[in-house]
Amino acid sequence: MSPSHANAVSEIIARKEPEIMNRWLDNLSKTTKRVTGAEKLEVAREQKEFMHALKSAAAKEQLDDLSSPGWGAMRELLSDISARRAKSGYTPLETATFIFSLKEPFFGAVQDELAARPEALLAAVRLVTSLVDKLGLYTMEVYQTTREEIISRQQLELLELSTPVVRLWDNVLALPLIGTLDSARTQIVMQNLLDAIVQTRSDYAIIDITGVPVVDTLVAQHLLKTVAAARLMGAECLISGIRPQIAQTIIHLGVDLSEVTTKATLADAFAIALGRGGMSLVRNGKANGNTKIQTNNGNSAD
Amino acid sequence: MDRIPILKMGEFLLVSIQVDMHDRLAMTLQDDLTEKIVRHNAHGVLIDISALEMVDSFIGRMLGTIASMARLLDAETVVVGMQPSVAITLVELGLSLKGIRTALDVEKGMDCLRQALAERELLGYAGD
Amino acid sequence: MQVIDSELLPVRAPEDVVIVRQVVRRKSVALGLGLVDQTKFVTAASELARNTLDHGGGGHVQIETVRNDFKTGIRLIFEDEGPGIADIDLAISEGYTTGHGMGLGLGGAKKLSHEFEIRSAPGQGTRVAILRWK
Repeated sequence: MSPSHANAVSEIIARKEPEIMNRWLDNLSKTTKRVTGAEKLEVAREQKEFMHALKSAAAKEQLDDLSSPGWGAMRELLSDISARRAKSGYTPLETATFIFSLKEPFFGAVQDELAARPEALLAAVRLVTSLVDKLGLYTMEVYQTTREEIISRQQLELLELSTPVVRLWDNVLALPLIGTLDSARTQIVMQNLLDAIVQTRSDYAIIDITGVPVVDTLVAQHLLKTVAAARLMGAECLISGIRPQIAQTIIHLGVDLSEVTTKATLADAFAIALGRGGMSLVRNGKANGNTKIQTNNGNSAD
Repeated sequence: MDRIPILKMGEFLLVSIQVDMHDRLAMTLQDDLTEKIVRHNAHGVLIDISALEMVDSFIGRMLGTIASMARLLDAETVVVGMQPSVAITLVELGLSLKGIRTALDVEKGMDCLRQALAERELLGYAGD
Repeated sequence: MQVIDSELLPVRAPEDVVIVRQVVRRKSVALGLGLVDQTKFVTAASELARNTLDHGGGGHVQIETVRNDFKTGIRLIFEDEGPGIADIDLAISEGYTTGHGMGLGLGGAKKLSHEFEIRSAPGQGTRVAILRWK
Protein backbone atom coordinates (compact mmCIF):
# COMPACT_ATOMS: atom_id res chain seq x y z
CA MET A 1 0.00 0.00 0.00
CA SER A 2 1.75 3.11 -1.10
CA PRO A 3 1.66 6.00 1.33
CA SER A 4 0.17 8.19 -1.32
CA HIS A 5 -2.83 5.91 -1.65
CA ALA A 6 -3.31 5.91 2.08
CA ASN A 7 -3.03 9.66 2.17
CA ALA A 8 -5.52 9.98 -0.62
CA VAL A 9 -8.06 8.02 1.39
CA SER A 10 -7.39 10.05 4.53
CA GLU A 11 -7.94 13.21 2.56
CA ILE A 12 -11.17 11.91 1.11
CA ILE A 13 -12.41 11.00 4.57
CA ALA A 14 -11.65 14.51 5.77
CA ARG A 15 -13.15 16.31 2.80
CA LYS A 16 -16.24 14.26 2.21
CA GLU A 17 -17.15 13.74 5.86
CA PRO A 18 -20.62 15.35 5.73
CA GLU A 19 -21.64 13.30 2.71
CA ILE A 20 -20.38 10.06 4.20
CA MET A 21 -22.13 10.82 7.48
CA ASN A 22 -25.47 11.52 5.83
CA ARG A 23 -25.41 8.41 3.72
CA TRP A 24 -24.41 6.38 6.76
CA LEU A 25 -27.21 7.84 8.86
CA ASP A 26 -29.62 7.17 6.04
CA ASN A 27 -28.59 3.54 5.66
CA LEU A 28 -28.78 2.88 9.35
CA SER A 29 -32.18 4.39 9.83
CA LYS A 30 -33.50 2.20 7.01
CA THR A 31 -32.22 -1.00 8.54
CA THR A 32 -32.58 -0.34 12.23
CA LYS A 33 -35.46 -1.28 14.49
CA ARG A 34 -34.47 1.43 16.95
CA VAL A 35 -37.14 3.99 16.37
CA THR A 36 -37.62 5.92 19.58
CA GLY A 37 -36.44 9.50 19.53
CA ALA A 38 -33.93 8.93 22.31
CA GLU A 39 -32.41 5.93 20.58
CA LYS A 40 -32.12 7.79 17.28
CA LEU A 41 -30.37 10.67 19.02
CA GLU A 42 -28.05 8.24 20.70
CA VAL A 43 -27.11 6.57 17.43
CA ALA A 44 -26.61 9.89 15.69
CA ARG A 45 -24.32 11.03 18.48
CA GLU A 46 -22.31 7.82 18.26
CA GLN A 47 -21.89 8.28 14.54
CA LYS A 48 -20.63 11.82 14.99
CA GLU A 49 -18.10 10.76 17.59
CA PHE A 50 -17.04 7.92 15.35
CA MET A 51 -16.41 10.14 12.35
CA HIS A 52 -14.50 12.59 14.50
CA ALA A 53 -12.27 9.83 15.87
CA LEU A 54 -11.85 8.40 12.38
CA LYS A 55 -10.79 11.68 10.90
CA SER A 56 -8.18 12.41 13.53
CA ALA A 57 -6.78 8.88 13.50
CA ALA A 58 -6.70 8.74 9.70
CA ALA A 59 -4.87 12.03 9.57
CA LYS A 60 -1.89 10.75 11.51
CA GLU A 61 -1.80 6.97 11.45
CA GLN A 62 -1.49 3.99 9.20
CA LEU A 63 -4.96 3.17 8.04
CA ASP A 64 -4.44 -0.54 8.39
CA ASP A 65 -2.91 -0.90 11.85
CA LEU A 66 -5.55 -0.50 14.55
CA SER A 67 -3.14 -1.35 17.34
CA SER A 68 -1.00 1.74 16.91
CA PRO A 69 -1.38 4.46 19.57
CA GLY A 70 -3.06 6.95 17.23
CA TRP A 71 -6.05 4.64 17.06
CA GLY A 72 -6.32 4.54 20.85
CA ALA A 73 -9.16 7.04 21.02
CA MET A 74 -11.12 5.14 18.35
CA ARG A 75 -10.59 1.82 20.14
CA GLU A 76 -11.87 3.34 23.37
CA LEU A 77 -14.87 4.83 21.62
CA LEU A 78 -15.74 1.52 19.99
CA SER A 79 -15.33 -0.24 23.34
CA ASP A 80 -17.78 2.18 24.94
CA ILE A 81 -20.32 1.96 22.14
CA SER A 82 -20.06 -1.79 22.02
CA ALA A 83 -20.27 -2.33 25.76
CA ARG A 84 -23.28 -0.02 25.94
CA ARG A 85 -25.02 -2.00 23.26
CA ALA A 86 -24.23 -5.32 24.89
CA LYS A 87 -25.74 -4.10 28.14
CA SER A 88 -28.80 -2.57 26.48
CA GLY A 89 -29.71 -5.76 24.67
CA TYR A 90 -28.83 -4.78 21.12
CA THR A 91 -28.43 -7.87 18.98
CA PRO A 92 -25.03 -8.84 17.57
CA LEU A 93 -26.35 -8.05 14.10
CA GLU A 94 -27.42 -4.54 15.05
CA THR A 95 -24.05 -3.87 16.63
CA ALA A 96 -22.16 -5.18 13.64
CA THR A 97 -24.38 -3.31 11.18
CA PHE A 98 -23.52 -0.04 12.89
CA ILE A 99 -19.96 -0.38 11.62
CA PHE A 100 -20.32 -2.39 8.44
CA SER A 101 -22.98 -0.15 6.98
CA LEU A 102 -20.22 2.42 6.71
CA LYS A 103 -18.67 0.63 3.75
CA GLU A 104 -21.20 1.69 1.17
CA PRO A 105 -20.99 5.41 1.90
CA PHE A 106 -17.21 5.13 1.91
CA PHE A 107 -17.18 3.42 -1.45
CA GLY A 108 -19.45 6.09 -2.80
CA ALA A 109 -17.18 8.89 -1.63
CA VAL A 110 -14.04 7.22 -2.88
CA GLN A 111 -15.61 6.46 -6.22
CA ASP A 112 -16.73 10.06 -6.72
CA GLU A 113 -13.23 11.33 -6.08
CA LEU A 114 -11.15 8.74 -7.91
CA ALA A 115 -13.41 7.72 -10.80
CA ALA A 116 -10.83 8.91 -13.31
CA ARG A 117 -7.98 6.88 -11.82
CA PRO A 118 -8.88 3.18 -11.75
CA GLU A 119 -5.69 2.01 -10.07
CA ALA A 120 -5.98 4.50 -7.27
CA LEU A 121 -9.68 3.71 -6.96
CA LEU A 122 -8.96 0.00 -6.60
CA ALA A 123 -6.32 0.60 -3.96
CA ALA A 124 -8.62 2.93 -2.07
CA VAL A 125 -11.49 0.45 -2.11
CA ARG A 126 -9.17 -2.24 -0.75
CA LEU A 127 -8.01 0.04 2.01
CA VAL A 128 -11.49 1.14 2.99
CA THR A 129 -12.70 -2.45 3.06
CA SER A 130 -9.81 -3.56 5.24
CA LEU A 131 -10.26 -0.63 7.61
CA VAL A 132 -13.99 -1.07 8.09
CA ASP A 133 -13.56 -4.82 8.53
CA LYS A 134 -11.01 -4.29 11.28
CA LEU A 135 -13.15 -1.69 13.03
CA GLY A 136 -16.16 -3.99 12.79
CA LEU A 137 -14.31 -7.01 14.12
CA TYR A 138 -12.89 -5.05 17.04
CA THR A 139 -16.37 -3.84 17.91
CA MET A 140 -17.72 -7.37 17.83
CA GLU A 141 -14.95 -8.65 20.08
CA VAL A 142 -15.72 -6.09 22.76
CA TYR A 143 -19.44 -6.79 22.42
CA GLN A 144 -18.82 -10.50 22.88
CA THR A 145 -16.62 -10.02 25.92
CA THR A 146 -19.18 -7.76 27.56
CA ARG A 147 -21.92 -10.33 26.99
CA GLU A 148 -19.73 -12.97 28.57
CA GLU A 149 -19.14 -10.76 31.59
CA ILE A 150 -22.87 -10.27 31.98
CA ILE A 151 -23.42 -14.01 31.84
CA SER A 152 -20.68 -14.59 34.43
CA ARG A 153 -22.25 -12.09 36.75
CA GLN A 154 -25.66 -13.70 36.35
CA GLN A 155 -24.15 -17.08 37.09
CA LEU A 156 -22.66 -15.68 40.27
CA GLU A 157 -26.00 -14.25 41.32
CA LEU A 158 -27.64 -17.60 40.68
CA LEU A 159 -24.96 -19.22 42.76
CA GLU A 160 -25.69 -16.94 45.68
CA LEU A 161 -29.37 -17.71 45.49
CA SER A 162 -28.75 -21.43 45.39
CA THR A 163 -26.76 -21.64 48.60
CA PRO A 164 -29.23 -20.70 51.31
CA VAL A 165 -28.42 -20.94 54.99
CA VAL A 166 -31.29 -22.16 57.11
CA ARG A 167 -31.76 -21.57 60.81
CA LEU A 168 -32.89 -24.87 62.31
CA TRP A 169 -32.95 -23.66 65.88
CA ASP A 170 -31.59 -20.84 68.03
CA ASN A 171 -28.09 -22.10 67.86
CA VAL A 172 -28.00 -24.37 64.85
CA LEU A 173 -27.66 -23.49 61.18
CA ALA A 174 -28.10 -25.84 58.24
CA LEU A 175 -26.49 -25.54 54.83
CA PRO A 176 -28.11 -27.93 52.33
CA LEU A 177 -25.69 -28.06 49.41
CA ILE A 178 -27.18 -28.93 46.06
CA GLY A 179 -24.94 -29.54 43.08
CA THR A 180 -21.21 -29.43 42.65
CA LEU A 181 -18.93 -27.62 45.04
CA ASP A 182 -16.30 -25.86 42.96
CA SER A 183 -14.02 -23.12 44.21
CA ALA A 184 -16.27 -20.27 43.08
CA ARG A 185 -19.23 -21.84 44.84
CA THR A 186 -17.15 -22.47 47.95
CA GLN A 187 -16.37 -18.77 48.25
CA ILE A 188 -20.09 -17.96 48.17
CA VAL A 189 -20.91 -20.77 50.59
CA MET A 190 -18.28 -19.56 53.06
CA GLN A 191 -19.44 -15.96 52.83
CA ASN A 192 -23.10 -16.85 53.33
CA LEU A 193 -22.32 -19.24 56.18
CA LEU A 194 -20.01 -16.87 58.05
CA ASP A 195 -22.41 -13.94 57.67
CA ALA A 196 -25.20 -16.14 59.03
CA ILE A 197 -23.02 -17.19 61.98
CA VAL A 198 -22.43 -13.53 62.83
CA GLN A 199 -26.08 -12.59 62.48
CA THR A 200 -27.58 -15.52 64.35
CA ARG A 201 -24.69 -16.10 66.76
CA SER A 202 -25.01 -19.79 66.10
CA ASP A 203 -22.53 -22.22 67.58
CA TYR A 204 -23.28 -25.06 65.18
CA ALA A 205 -23.63 -25.43 61.44
CA ILE A 206 -24.67 -28.61 59.67
CA ILE A 207 -23.42 -28.92 56.10
CA ASP A 208 -25.62 -31.42 54.35
CA ILE A 209 -24.08 -32.94 51.26
CA THR A 210 -26.92 -35.25 50.25
CA GLY A 211 -27.35 -33.16 47.10
CA VAL A 212 -23.68 -33.14 46.15
CA PRO A 213 -23.31 -35.80 43.46
CA VAL A 214 -19.55 -36.24 43.49
CA VAL A 215 -17.12 -35.93 46.35
CA ASP A 216 -13.55 -36.00 45.07
CA THR A 217 -10.36 -34.62 46.61
CA LEU A 218 -11.14 -31.07 45.54
CA VAL A 219 -14.68 -31.14 46.91
CA ALA A 220 -13.39 -32.61 50.15
CA GLN A 221 -10.81 -29.82 50.38
CA HIS A 222 -13.50 -27.22 49.83
CA LEU A 223 -15.59 -28.78 52.56
CA LEU A 224 -12.67 -28.78 54.97
CA LYS A 225 -11.95 -25.13 54.11
CA THR A 226 -15.51 -24.23 54.93
CA VAL A 227 -15.34 -26.11 58.22
CA ALA A 228 -12.07 -24.37 59.11
CA ALA A 229 -13.51 -20.94 58.30
CA ALA A 230 -16.57 -21.54 60.48
CA ARG A 231 -14.31 -22.70 63.30
CA LEU A 232 -12.38 -19.43 63.16
CA MET A 233 -15.71 -17.73 63.81
CA GLY A 234 -16.27 -19.92 66.83
CA ALA A 235 -18.81 -22.25 65.22
CA GLU A 236 -18.52 -26.01 64.95
CA CYS A 237 -19.49 -27.73 61.72
CA LEU A 238 -21.06 -31.14 61.32
CA ILE A 239 -21.34 -32.82 57.97
CA SER A 240 -24.41 -34.88 57.18
CA GLY A 241 -25.73 -36.69 54.14
CA ILE A 242 -22.75 -38.97 53.78
CA ARG A 243 -23.87 -41.77 51.52
CA PRO A 244 -22.12 -45.16 51.70
CA GLN A 245 -20.26 -44.65 48.41
CA ILE A 246 -19.10 -41.22 49.54
CA ALA A 247 -17.83 -42.69 52.77
CA GLN A 248 -15.78 -45.20 50.80
CA THR A 249 -14.41 -42.55 48.43
CA ILE A 250 -13.37 -40.34 51.31
CA ILE A 251 -11.45 -43.14 53.00
CA HIS A 252 -9.79 -44.18 49.75
CA LEU A 253 -8.75 -40.62 49.02
CA GLY A 254 -7.17 -40.43 52.44
CA VAL A 255 -9.07 -37.29 53.36
CA ASP A 256 -8.83 -36.63 57.06
CA LEU A 257 -12.28 -35.91 58.43
CA SER A 258 -11.40 -37.06 61.93
CA GLU A 259 -11.85 -33.61 63.40
CA VAL A 260 -15.34 -33.21 61.99
CA THR A 261 -18.46 -34.95 63.25
CA THR A 262 -20.12 -36.70 60.35
CA LYS A 263 -23.56 -38.26 60.25
CA ALA A 264 -25.57 -40.05 57.60
CA THR A 265 -28.68 -37.94 58.08
CA LEU A 266 -29.44 -34.30 58.79
CA ALA A 267 -31.79 -35.38 61.57
CA ASP A 268 -29.04 -37.21 63.44
CA ALA A 269 -26.69 -34.27 63.03
CA PHE A 270 -29.38 -31.94 64.33
CA ALA A 271 -29.89 -34.05 67.43
CA ILE A 272 -26.15 -34.05 68.11
CA ALA A 273 -25.90 -30.29 67.63
CA LEU A 274 -28.79 -29.72 69.98
CA GLY A 275 -27.22 -32.00 72.57
CA ARG A 276 -23.91 -30.15 72.46
CA GLY A 277 -25.79 -26.89 72.79
CA GLY A 278 -27.39 -28.09 75.98
CA MET A 279 -30.75 -29.06 74.57
CA SER A 280 -32.61 -32.25 73.76
CA LEU A 281 -35.67 -33.52 71.96
CA VAL A 282 -38.27 -34.74 74.44
CA ARG A 283 -41.42 -36.62 73.81
CA ASN A 284 -44.09 -34.90 75.86
CA GLY A 285 -46.19 -37.93 76.59
CA LYS A 286 -49.43 -36.82 74.93
CA ALA A 287 -51.45 -39.31 72.90
CA ASN A 288 -50.29 -37.95 69.56
CA GLY A 289 -46.67 -38.25 70.68
CA ASN A 290 -45.35 -34.77 69.82
CA THR A 291 -41.77 -34.03 70.57
CA LYS A 292 -40.41 -30.71 71.65
CA ILE A 293 -37.03 -29.22 72.24
CA GLN A 294 -36.11 -28.23 75.74
CA THR A 295 -33.09 -27.08 77.60
CA ASN A 296 -31.53 -29.73 79.77
CA ASN A 297 -31.25 -29.06 83.47
CA GLY A 298 -27.64 -29.04 84.46
CA ASN A 299 -24.93 -29.97 81.98
CA SER A 300 -25.75 -32.02 78.95
CA ALA A 301 -23.84 -35.19 78.45
CA ASP A 302 -22.66 -35.79 74.95
CA MET B 1 4.93 4.75 70.75
CA ASP B 2 1.43 3.42 71.31
CA ARG B 3 0.80 0.32 73.33
CA ILE B 4 -2.06 -2.11 72.96
CA PRO B 5 -4.39 -1.75 75.95
CA ILE B 6 -4.88 -4.74 78.26
CA LEU B 7 -7.94 -4.60 80.52
CA LYS B 8 -8.76 -6.71 83.51
CA MET B 9 -12.17 -8.38 83.30
CA GLY B 10 -12.76 -10.35 86.47
CA GLU B 11 -10.32 -13.22 86.41
CA PHE B 12 -9.59 -12.67 82.72
CA LEU B 13 -7.55 -10.22 80.72
CA LEU B 14 -8.94 -8.57 77.60
CA VAL B 15 -6.58 -7.46 74.85
CA SER B 16 -8.15 -5.26 72.17
CA ILE B 17 -6.06 -5.09 69.04
CA GLN B 18 -7.26 -2.08 67.16
CA VAL B 19 -4.30 -0.81 65.25
CA ASP B 20 -2.33 -2.19 62.37
CA MET B 21 0.36 -4.32 63.98
CA HIS B 22 4.02 -4.11 63.26
CA ASP B 23 6.90 -5.99 64.84
CA ARG B 24 7.78 -3.60 67.66
CA LEU B 25 4.17 -3.33 68.76
CA ALA B 26 3.84 -7.11 68.76
CA MET B 27 6.92 -7.58 70.97
CA THR B 28 5.72 -4.92 73.37
CA LEU B 29 2.33 -6.62 73.59
CA GLN B 30 3.89 -9.96 74.46
CA ASP B 31 5.98 -8.35 77.19
CA ASP B 32 3.05 -6.43 78.65
CA LEU B 33 0.72 -9.41 78.55
CA THR B 34 3.03 -11.91 80.20
CA GLU B 35 3.79 -9.37 82.91
CA LYS B 36 0.09 -8.71 83.54
CA ILE B 37 -0.86 -12.40 83.56
CA VAL B 38 1.56 -12.94 86.41
CA ARG B 39 0.71 -9.72 88.24
CA HIS B 40 -3.02 -10.39 88.27
CA ASN B 41 -2.78 -14.15 88.44
CA ALA B 42 -5.06 -14.26 85.42
CA HIS B 43 -6.18 -17.65 84.16
CA GLY B 44 -7.72 -16.52 80.89
CA VAL B 45 -6.86 -14.14 78.08
CA LEU B 46 -9.27 -12.87 75.43
CA ILE B 47 -7.73 -11.35 72.35
CA ASP B 48 -10.27 -9.22 70.52
CA ILE B 49 -9.40 -8.86 66.85
CA SER B 50 -12.77 -7.52 65.70
CA ALA B 51 -11.10 -4.32 64.53
CA LEU B 52 -8.51 -6.11 62.40
CA GLU B 53 -9.33 -6.02 58.71
CA MET B 54 -6.44 -8.28 57.89
CA VAL B 55 -4.52 -11.05 59.58
CA ASP B 56 -1.37 -12.23 57.82
CA SER B 57 1.02 -15.03 58.73
CA PHE B 58 3.00 -12.75 61.04
CA ILE B 59 -0.03 -11.82 63.10
CA GLY B 60 -1.19 -15.43 62.99
CA ARG B 61 2.14 -16.57 64.41
CA MET B 62 2.00 -13.84 67.02
CA LEU B 63 -1.39 -15.06 68.22
CA GLY B 64 0.01 -18.57 68.47
CA THR B 65 3.01 -17.34 70.41
CA ILE B 66 0.82 -15.44 72.85
CA ALA B 67 -1.33 -18.51 73.43
CA SER B 68 1.73 -20.66 74.11
CA MET B 69 3.28 -18.12 76.47
CA ALA B 70 0.01 -17.74 78.33
CA ARG B 71 -0.33 -21.48 78.75
CA LEU B 72 3.14 -21.65 80.26
CA LEU B 73 1.91 -19.11 82.77
CA ASP B 74 -1.15 -21.23 83.46
CA ALA B 75 -3.62 -19.13 81.47
CA GLU B 76 -5.91 -20.17 78.60
CA THR B 77 -6.34 -17.98 75.53
CA VAL B 78 -9.22 -17.39 73.13
CA VAL B 79 -9.21 -15.19 70.04
CA VAL B 80 -12.54 -13.47 69.42
CA GLY B 81 -14.24 -11.32 66.84
CA MET B 82 -12.58 -12.44 63.63
CA GLN B 83 -14.21 -10.76 60.64
CA PRO B 84 -15.67 -13.14 58.02
CA SER B 85 -13.47 -11.83 55.20
CA VAL B 86 -10.41 -12.34 57.39
CA ALA B 87 -11.46 -15.90 58.23
CA ILE B 88 -11.98 -16.72 54.56
CA THR B 89 -8.59 -15.25 53.66
CA LEU B 90 -6.80 -17.15 56.43
CA VAL B 91 -8.32 -20.39 55.29
CA GLU B 92 -7.29 -19.65 51.71
CA LEU B 93 -3.80 -18.89 52.97
CA GLY B 94 -3.70 -22.26 54.68
CA LEU B 95 -3.37 -20.76 58.15
CA SER B 96 -5.94 -22.54 60.22
CA LEU B 97 -4.66 -21.27 63.56
CA LYS B 98 -4.84 -24.82 64.85
CA GLY B 99 -4.50 -25.12 68.58
CA ILE B 100 -5.81 -21.62 69.16
CA ARG B 101 -9.30 -21.30 70.56
CA THR B 102 -11.63 -18.98 68.70
CA ALA B 103 -15.04 -17.56 69.54
CA LEU B 104 -17.48 -15.23 67.87
CA ASP B 105 -17.33 -12.38 70.39
CA VAL B 106 -16.27 -11.44 73.91
CA GLU B 107 -19.35 -12.95 75.53
CA LYS B 108 -18.93 -16.32 73.84
CA GLY B 109 -15.22 -16.02 74.42
CA MET B 110 -15.73 -15.82 78.16
CA ASP B 111 -18.06 -18.85 78.07
CA CYS B 112 -15.35 -20.66 76.16
CA LEU B 113 -12.68 -19.73 78.70
CA ARG B 114 -14.83 -20.78 81.64
CA GLN B 115 -15.44 -24.11 79.99
CA ALA B 116 -11.75 -24.55 79.26
CA LEU B 117 -10.88 -23.82 82.87
CA ALA B 118 -13.57 -26.20 84.12
CA GLU B 119 -12.16 -28.92 81.89
CA ARG B 120 -8.70 -28.26 83.26
CA GLU B 121 -9.93 -28.73 86.79
CA LEU B 122 -11.61 -31.97 85.86
CA LEU B 123 -8.35 -33.19 84.42
CA GLY B 124 -6.59 -32.37 87.65
CA TYR B 125 -4.59 -29.24 87.02
CA ALA B 126 -3.59 -27.57 90.26
CA GLY B 127 -4.43 -24.03 89.10
CA ASP B 128 -4.06 -21.96 92.22
CA MET C 1 -1.12 -4.18 29.39
CA GLN C 2 -1.45 -0.47 30.11
CA VAL C 3 -0.36 1.12 33.35
CA ILE C 4 -2.97 3.66 34.34
CA ASP C 5 -1.34 4.99 37.46
CA SER C 6 1.62 4.11 39.59
CA GLU C 7 2.93 4.80 43.07
CA LEU C 8 6.32 3.94 44.49
CA LEU C 9 6.56 3.27 48.20
CA PRO C 10 9.60 2.46 50.30
CA VAL C 11 9.65 -0.75 52.31
CA ARG C 12 12.44 -0.06 54.75
CA ALA C 13 10.83 -0.02 58.17
CA PRO C 14 7.98 -1.82 59.97
CA GLU C 15 5.83 1.29 59.68
CA ASP C 16 6.18 1.09 55.90
CA VAL C 17 4.43 -2.29 55.89
CA VAL C 18 1.43 -0.63 57.49
CA ILE C 19 1.41 2.12 54.89
CA VAL C 20 1.67 -0.35 52.01
CA ARG C 21 -1.38 -2.19 53.37
CA GLN C 22 -3.35 1.02 53.63
CA VAL C 23 -2.51 2.12 50.10
CA VAL C 24 -3.32 -1.28 48.65
CA ARG C 25 -6.62 -1.32 50.55
CA ARG C 26 -7.47 2.13 49.26
CA LYS C 27 -6.67 1.18 45.67
CA SER C 28 -8.64 -2.06 45.96
CA VAL C 29 -11.67 -0.18 47.19
CA ALA C 30 -11.31 2.33 44.36
CA LEU C 31 -11.12 -0.50 41.86
CA GLY C 32 -14.41 -1.83 43.20
CA LEU C 33 -13.16 -5.14 44.58
CA GLY C 34 -15.48 -6.91 47.04
CA LEU C 35 -14.50 -7.02 50.70
CA VAL C 36 -13.16 -10.58 50.64
CA ASP C 37 -11.13 -9.92 47.49
CA GLN C 38 -9.76 -6.72 49.02
CA THR C 39 -8.73 -8.54 52.17
CA LYS C 40 -7.05 -11.31 50.19
CA PHE C 41 -4.97 -8.88 48.19
CA VAL C 42 -4.04 -6.69 51.14
CA THR C 43 -2.94 -9.81 53.00
CA ALA C 44 -0.83 -10.90 50.02
CA ALA C 45 0.74 -7.43 49.95
CA SER C 46 1.46 -7.63 53.65
CA GLU C 47 3.20 -10.99 53.29
CA LEU C 48 5.43 -9.77 50.48
CA ALA C 49 6.19 -6.47 52.22
CA ARG C 50 7.33 -8.36 55.29
CA ASN C 51 9.50 -10.61 53.17
CA THR C 52 11.11 -7.61 51.52
CA LEU C 53 11.79 -6.14 54.93
CA ASP C 54 12.79 -9.23 56.90
CA HIS C 55 14.58 -11.28 54.27
CA GLY C 56 15.48 -8.77 51.60
CA GLY C 57 17.04 -6.13 53.80
CA GLY C 58 14.48 -3.56 52.72
CA GLY C 59 13.46 -2.34 49.29
CA HIS C 60 10.45 -0.78 47.63
CA VAL C 61 7.12 -1.60 46.05
CA GLN C 62 5.55 -0.26 42.86
CA ILE C 63 1.76 -0.13 43.16
CA GLU C 64 0.05 0.10 39.77
CA THR C 65 -3.46 0.18 38.41
CA VAL C 66 -3.31 -1.75 35.15
CA ARG C 67 -5.64 -2.46 32.31
CA ASN C 68 -5.60 -4.84 29.42
CA ASP C 69 -8.16 -4.85 26.62
CA PHE C 70 -11.12 -5.72 28.74
CA LYS C 71 -10.30 -5.75 32.41
CA THR C 72 -8.72 -3.60 35.08
CA GLY C 73 -6.58 -4.73 37.98
CA ILE C 74 -3.94 -3.86 40.55
CA ARG C 75 -0.33 -4.96 40.27
CA LEU C 76 2.29 -4.84 43.02
CA ILE C 77 5.98 -5.20 42.27
CA PHE C 78 8.22 -5.74 45.29
CA GLU C 79 11.94 -5.37 44.78
CA ASP C 80 14.92 -5.69 47.06
CA GLU C 81 18.66 -6.08 46.71
CA GLY C 82 18.98 -8.68 49.41
CA PRO C 83 20.63 -12.08 49.35
CA GLY C 84 18.17 -13.54 46.85
CA ILE C 85 16.59 -16.98 46.92
CA ALA C 86 18.52 -20.07 45.93
CA ASP C 87 15.65 -22.50 45.38
CA ILE C 88 12.50 -20.62 44.46
CA ASP C 89 10.21 -23.63 44.15
CA LEU C 90 11.25 -24.81 47.56
CA ALA C 91 10.74 -21.36 49.01
CA ILE C 92 7.21 -21.16 47.65
CA SER C 93 6.22 -24.62 48.81
CA GLU C 94 7.93 -24.82 52.16
CA GLY C 95 5.39 -22.53 53.68
CA TYR C 96 2.77 -25.17 53.23
CA THR C 97 4.47 -27.55 55.59
CA THR C 98 6.52 -25.58 58.06
CA GLY C 99 4.62 -22.34 58.33
CA HIS C 100 7.85 -20.55 59.12
CA GLY C 101 10.14 -18.08 57.44
CA MET C 102 9.43 -16.63 54.08
CA GLY C 103 7.86 -19.69 52.55
CA LEU C 104 4.45 -19.03 53.90
CA GLY C 105 4.64 -15.47 52.67
CA LEU C 106 5.52 -16.35 49.07
CA GLY C 107 3.21 -19.31 48.76
CA GLY C 108 0.47 -17.41 50.51
CA ALA C 109 0.79 -14.35 48.30
CA LYS C 110 0.64 -16.62 45.27
CA LYS C 111 -2.53 -18.32 46.47
CA LEU C 112 -4.22 -15.02 47.17
CA SER C 113 -3.47 -13.43 43.79
CA HIS C 114 -4.56 -14.05 40.23
CA GLU C 115 -1.07 -13.74 38.79
CA PHE C 116 2.30 -14.25 40.43
CA GLU C 117 5.82 -13.77 39.07
CA ILE C 118 9.14 -14.04 40.83
CA ARG C 119 12.72 -13.39 39.77
CA SER C 120 15.49 -14.07 42.21
CA ALA C 121 18.95 -15.57 42.46
CA PRO C 122 21.59 -15.71 45.18
CA GLY C 123 23.36 -12.37 45.36
CA GLN C 124 21.00 -10.78 42.86
CA GLY C 125 18.13 -9.57 44.98
CA THR C 126 14.50 -10.49 44.54
CA ARG C 127 11.62 -9.18 42.47
CA VAL C 128 8.10 -10.43 43.14
CA ALA C 129 5.05 -9.25 41.23
CA ILE C 130 1.43 -10.08 42.06
CA LEU C 131 -1.70 -9.03 40.25
CA ARG C 132 -5.40 -9.13 41.02
CA TRP C 133 -8.00 -8.44 38.36
CA LYS C 134 -11.40 -7.02 39.12
